[in-house]
Amino acid sequence: MSLLLNIAVDGIAYGMILFMIAVGLSVTMGLMRVVNLAHGGFALIGGALAHWLGRELGLPFLAAAALAIAGTVALAMPLERLVYRRIYGFGELQQVLATIGLTFLMIATVNLWLGSSLLAIPLPEALQRSIDLGFRQLTAHRLTVIVVGLAVILGLWALLDRTRFGIRLRAAVDNRDTASALGIDTGRIYMLTFALGAGLAALGGILGAELLPIDAYYPLRYMVLFLIVVAIGGLGSILGSFAAALAIGLVETASRYLLPDLATIVTFALVILFLALRPQGLMGRAS
Amino acid sequence: MTRPFVSALVILIAAVAAFFLFPYNLAFLTRILIMIVLVLSLDLVLGFAGIATLGQAAMYGAGAYAAGLFAIHVWADPVAGLLIGALAGAALAALSGAVLMRTQGLTLIMLTIAVAQICAEIANRARPVTGGADGLRGIRPGKVLGIWEFDFIGITGYWYALAIAGLVFAALFVIGRSPFGLSLRGIHESPARMEAIGVSVYRRRLAAYTLGGGIAGIAGALSAQITQLVSLEAFSFTLSAEALIMLILGGTGRLYGAVLGTVIFMAVHHTAAANDPFNWLFVIGALVLAVVFFLPSGIAALPTSLKRLAKGGRHAGS
Repeated sequence: MSLLLNIAVDGIAYGMILFMIAVGLSVTMGLMRVVNLAHGGFALIGGALAHWLGRELGLPFLAAAALAIAGTVALAMPLERLVYRRIYGFGELQQVLATIGLTFLMIATVNLWLGSSLLAIPLPEALQRSIDLGFRQLTAHRLTVIVVGLAVILGLWALLDRTRFGIRLRAAVDNRDTASALGIDTGRIYMLTFALGAGLAALGGILGAELLPIDAYYPLRYMVLFLIVVAIGGLGSILGSFAAALAIGLVETASRYLLPDLATIVTFALVILFLALRPQGLMGRAS
Repeated sequence: MTRPFVSALVILIAAVAAFFLFPYNLAFLTRILIMIVLVLSLDLVLGFAGIATLGQAAMYGAGAYAAGLFAIHVWADPVAGLLIGALAGAALAALSGAVLMRTQGLTLIMLTIAVAQICAEIANRARPVTGGADGLRGIRPGKVLGIWEFDFIGITGYWYALAIAGLVFAALFVIGRSPFGLSLRGIHESPARMEAIGVSVYRRRLAAYTLGGGIAGIAGALSAQITQLVSLEAFSFTLSAEALIMLILGGTGRLYGAVLGTVIFMAVHHTAAANDPFNWLFVIGALVLAVVFFLPSGIAALPTSLKRLAKGGRHAGS
């Protein structure tokens, strides 16, 4: 029983991280139809900035994280304007190549700036403390991850369901041309959504550094993981990404506990099986 | 009909000339030939059949490990090893393709990466058989056709790889003009119309993927025999991505484009990595973006574009 609870707690924390990083990818893919392999790069940039601000400049964790996320967003916006906007119209393969090229440039930049070693993000005392849950000890950090993950999904739901921006965004996802014909500034929506996705990726990268350690090769190492969440959840579906991220978090954590040698293989095999049976994902629309 | 033969002849003459011009770089030249075979296999899968894959390294690695293990435990004959490598690559492609070819777009791309990662993970875990992260060592291939022994300088290796690359090129040349090859191009242009005229798109794509897997397996087997080492890098995403970049650089759907792209990419890699191995990713990243933005049909299309430009055609440069 305590094994099951352990799997549940660790799996949910892991799933929340995956969700935060991948949800931006899902929305940009659903909205702009861009296969953005460089998305993990924003998590890397966020993590690298947080490492630099926390370690080198000695800022406290909260300030470093907030500044790092702001910095990532500030980088993502001009990148969308200058590079991604041109990529939208490309074929699938060209998109893949262009975003691989961007990924390589991001890796090389971080490598040049901070080297290829592990970029640890110092945590404050308050987050390192253990909390007794009765059946196990849990670090406050992991609990924070779960709470922030829940806050992100609630915030996204409120943003998309309750605000004017959300209505416009959903209209643009459903039909870009009609939305733009109705006077919605789709270009601006694209940029803001892209920046939001990049900011969330940075948040996930910083909070998840304990589970998915940050180094220069981060975007390539975890690329498949993030893509899996999007593919299983269904393109453009936030709830789908959430369910998929939790499911993958739980499956991978469970196989790590039960079959430590085969964890990656079991997870990938299940993913392939699932997508063979349901290629459009959990909540995706059949194309 | 004569033009393709002329370009094939030019490539062949260049390959022979390279042997005499750069006698001290034979290992590097042989590496180019092996990559040409891999990129040609990708050209069949992606350029002809239009299957977007980022996991061609899975079949390359399968061929490399199969040929290496075969040479160590069963028979050291290189040609038999190549056949085993081709079989292993084709078997993996058929097995994974049976599932993968049902999907498309992002899901397909992602699953091809995932298959290569699973293979790498299996090779890493099966340490007693594959040597794990240390790589598979102790491959001692016998004489080629019982006549030519592999030497330290790599003379045999070069001619052997050139012969195999030439055979693969010729085979793909024939396949590209066969009804099968033409139907693949048709599927690339419009799967719905091919389905409408009674072609089983799924089966043709699977056949192309399997055939491409076999050729990638040959490339892997060649690499295992000539370098006498197989490492986990054979399954790496970087290898798949680099092969794709070489193909796009040269131009998809053209065999000599694949050759040209590989030669240019490898030459740039050789010089850039020799100067500064750490910043190689800067070069390759910029190169990819430049090709995608400014040369979308690859270098092989440059003469055509220039000709159109000179004529003042409306679609000049496209």
